[in-house]
Amino acid sequence: MFKIIERKSIVPNLHLLVVHAPDVVETIQPGQFVIIHCGEGSERIPLTAADWDREEGTLSIVFMEVGTSTGKLAMLQPGDEIPTVVGPLGVPIEIEKFGVVVCIGGCFGLGSIFPVVRALKEKGNEVITMLEGRSKNLLYWEEKLSKYSDKVIKLTRDGSYGYKGHVKKGSELLRELGIKPDRVIANGCTTLSYLASRDYAHFDVPVIVTLNTIMIDGTGMCGVCRCTVDGKMKFACVDGPSFDGRLVDWEELAARRKQYISEEAFLVHHSGCGGF
Amino acid sequence: MPKQADFIRKRNFKEVALGYSAEDAIEEAGRCLDCKKPFCVDGCPVEIDIPGFIRAIAEEDFALAIKILKEKNCLPAVCGRVCPQEEQCEIKCILEKKGAPIAIGRLERFAAEWESQQDSIEMPVIDDKTGKKVAVIGSGPAGITVAGDLILQGHDVTMYEALHEPGGVLTYGIPEFRLPASVVTREIEYLQKLGVKLICNFVVGKTRSLKKILDEYDAVFVGTGAGLPWFMNIPGENLNGVYSANEYLTRVNLMRGFQYPKTYTPVVRHKKVAVVGGGNVAMDCARTALRLGAEEAVIVYRRSETELPAREEEYENADEEGVKFSFLTLPEKLYGDKNGWLKEIECSKMELGEPDASGRRRPIRIDGSEFRMKMDACIVAIGNSPNPIIPQTTPELAVSKWGTIEVDEESFKTTIDRVWAGGDIVSGAATVILAMGAGRKAARSMHEYLSSLT
Ligand SMILES: Cc1cc2nc3c(=O)[nH]c(=O)nc-3n(C[C@H](O)[C@H](O)[C@H](O)COP(=O)(O)OP(=O)(O)OC[C@H]3O[C@@H](n4cnc5c(N)ncnc54)[C@H](O)[C@@H]3O)c2cc1C
Ligand SMILES: Cc1cc2nc3c(=O)[nH]c(=O)nc-3n(C[C@H](O)[C@H](O)[C@H](O)COP(=O)(O)OP(=O)(O)OC[C@H]3O[C@@H](n4cnc5c(N)ncnc54)[C@H](O)[C@@H]3O)c2cc1C
Ligand code: SF4
Ligand code: SF4
Ligand code: FES
Repeated sequence: MFKIIERKSIVPNLHLLVVHAPDVVETIQPGQFVIIHCGEGSERIPLTAADWDREEGTLSIVFMEVGTSTGKLAMLQPGDEIPTVVGPLGVPIEIEKFGVVVCIGGCFGLGSIFPVVRALKEKGNEVITMLEGRSKNLLYWEEKLSKYSDKVIKLTRDGSYGYKGHVKKGSELLRELGIKPDRVIANGCTTLSYLASRDYAHFDVPVIVTLNTIMIDGTGMCGVCRCTVDGKMKFACVDGPSFDGRLVDWEELAARRKQYISEEAFLVHHSGCGGF
Repeated sequence: MPKQADFIRKRNFKEVALGYSAEDAIEEAGRCLDCKKPFCVDGCPVEIDIPGFIRAIAEEDFALAIKILKEKNCLPAVCGRVCPQEEQCEIKCILEKKGAPIAIGRLERFAAEWESQQDSIEMPVIDDKTGKKVAVIGSGPAGITVAGDLILQGHDVTMYEALHEPGGVLTYGIPEFRLPASVVTREIEYLQKLGVKLICNFVVGKTRSLKKILDEYDAVFVGTGAGLPWFMNIPGENLNGVYSANEYLTRVNLMRGFQYPKTYTPVVRHKKVAVVGGGNVAMDCARTALRLGAEEAVIVYRRSETELPAREEEYENADEEGVKFSFLTLPEKLYGDKNGWLKEIECSKMELGEPDASGRRRPIRIDGSEFRMKMDACIVAIGNSPNPIIPQTTPELAVSKWGTIEVDEESFKTTIDRVWAGGDIVSGAATVILAMGAGRKAARSMHEYLSSLT
């Protein structure tokens, strides 16, 4: 059993979950995820590590309430216990001294990109972090991210905070500022990852995104997470979830993600950040 | 053996075979000749004293029967159901020549069921504690056997499982109507009663490296089974409605999708389902599809009926339930609609040529024979490669070019000191009893090693 230490809503529809999972955080690296399962009858859902504390043995996750299982998670209270938090799964994201790295986070990705930003900074990179959201009230962790960033750029679609526009605006800003990234990393919903892969491709450097495929086991057994990268079949749970977005077959990915979509759930989600 | 009638069972997930009554079992056991040189035993990979347990049933001493079975097989309720007896113990039975071998598997199952209905089960004697610690990785039949054997010899055993439930393929793969989950749960609980510690939700190689596990234990057994499902590498395979057998069966079995919407893991109720492959796994998928309400489930197999690798009993059951068969057929392309959902499968007809390396006649495509089938689901049941996680994260471990772990044939020792391996991770996809046989041999070698420590 894994004990919930904290669960709170941070911005509309997004929650922070802190859970005691000492074995999981012992070896966890940026870009890895866990699978949570709330007992018989529930789904197994993948969620990325947004932070951890090895001494306390705690793992933080930022998740969006989109459907049944994330809805259940949103009801948890400190002291509650859940039967399954398994991981760390997936291949850690590559952290090297690249030079200038642009990190883009939106939606739950503002949380999940935090360990990446921190590790890149600690490796000596110049980190430019972009916070993307529909509106000011959907941005969070600005302070936390600033601590490990050389520059922070805020983008809101309604212009209520920072620059007005989506991730494309960020790429224009970089050009205006004469910044040439050596690598771009984006975390968030599929739309954000897709747009980043498209709008930052002209820099001619890898655009690393994490793919939110449907998953069940997360150990390479079932094949539901398969996607096409560079023309080859990859299993996101064991080969990824991070890939160079410029090589991903996005049309296929988007179609596969909708396999179990119900119109209603889709609507709920649209009210959040407009992605899918 | 009595079965649920086909027209009823094809719409429910209850067990198909109903099992012997005590009278039936005694009568069947009475036919056994109690041979002096029992050939049947040669056919059993774990060498059960078959005439011994059958004699006990004939004499109505069911407690003795189960005791004899358990001396060699810790999972009689499972093996009695899913062993391919017709190619193992029963084919060697002397009465096979007369066309009526003893139904050894059914008797084995009967004894196990009898035991489960008793108020208390007799606990075996456990040897004095040795103080030696063993880690078993994977809780499929191979891991269960190693854990069962070593705990009885007085060692401390901890079993690690990646999923949230133990049992391996017995739990996530083989459907409820062939092997009820309750049977597997019972066996696992028995192991726990013997003192085996079970840790689920723990992926060795990820949560903790094999190396670190090795620091904590005296010996380690790796029984991590199958992984990455194979696909056909044809266009359209990533369309929605195309599944690996593992995904389809896992949704239904492990995640209890057959109770959806009472449970949350969705299973789409497809109308026309093609299953590619010809083994037990393919039969399981097609029969599951029918139970989920499909109007049509077709097995698409590239060779002919003669080469079908599935157990005869399962083929027969599938046929009775209305599964259709398209033999000598090779899927070549999958077509979808504009939303990415499967609509049609294009296939070619095949003919059989000269025998290939496996001795089976090689299927050859007939040019110009293409035809299309309208299908809204396609389940690919053509096999798996071994689970990659431990080899990927343990570079010192020698693996073959197929990804199976290399071991010494007799001792099942790997190339890493104090690490043994067995089951599908070593042999490639095989059977429950072969995985158990491997576990048995590995356990013997592990015990020898552990006893040599002071
Ligand atoms: C490797 C990986 C890491 C992930 N990390 C995170 C994370 O850190 N935080 C987080 O909030 N989510 C993350 N996700 C997505 C998360 O797993 C899903 O949101 C979750 O499984 C939804 O479960 P549910 O039962 O609540 O929704 P369901 O009831 O299963 O889904 C409702 C509907 O919404 C759609 N949907 C589900 N999730 C999303 C989504 N994220 N975006 C758009 N549409 C969706 C589904 O297609 C479905 O039709 C990650 C996914 C993967 C594969
Ligand atoms: C649908 C289907 C039907 C079948 N029908 C039959 C049949 O009728 N008769 C028959 O004899 N055989 C049948 N088989 C084959 C048989 O089930 C397998 O040969 C047998 O289960 C192999 O046992 P195993 O112990 O090697 O591995 P598995 O049963 O595969 O168990 C391995 C376990 O290890 C776990 N694991 C993997 N990696 C890790 C890790 N890193 N850390 C922790 N745990 C891990 C897995 O989650 C799994 O639970 C069938 C198989 C399938 C898929
Ligand atoms: S374990 Fe399998 S092979 Fe051995 S006697 Fe039982 S059914 Fe036959
Ligand atoms: S060979 Fe057949 S008849 Fe002889 S002991 Fe075995 S089961 Fe009985
Ligand atoms: S989630 Fe099952 S193989 Fe990736």
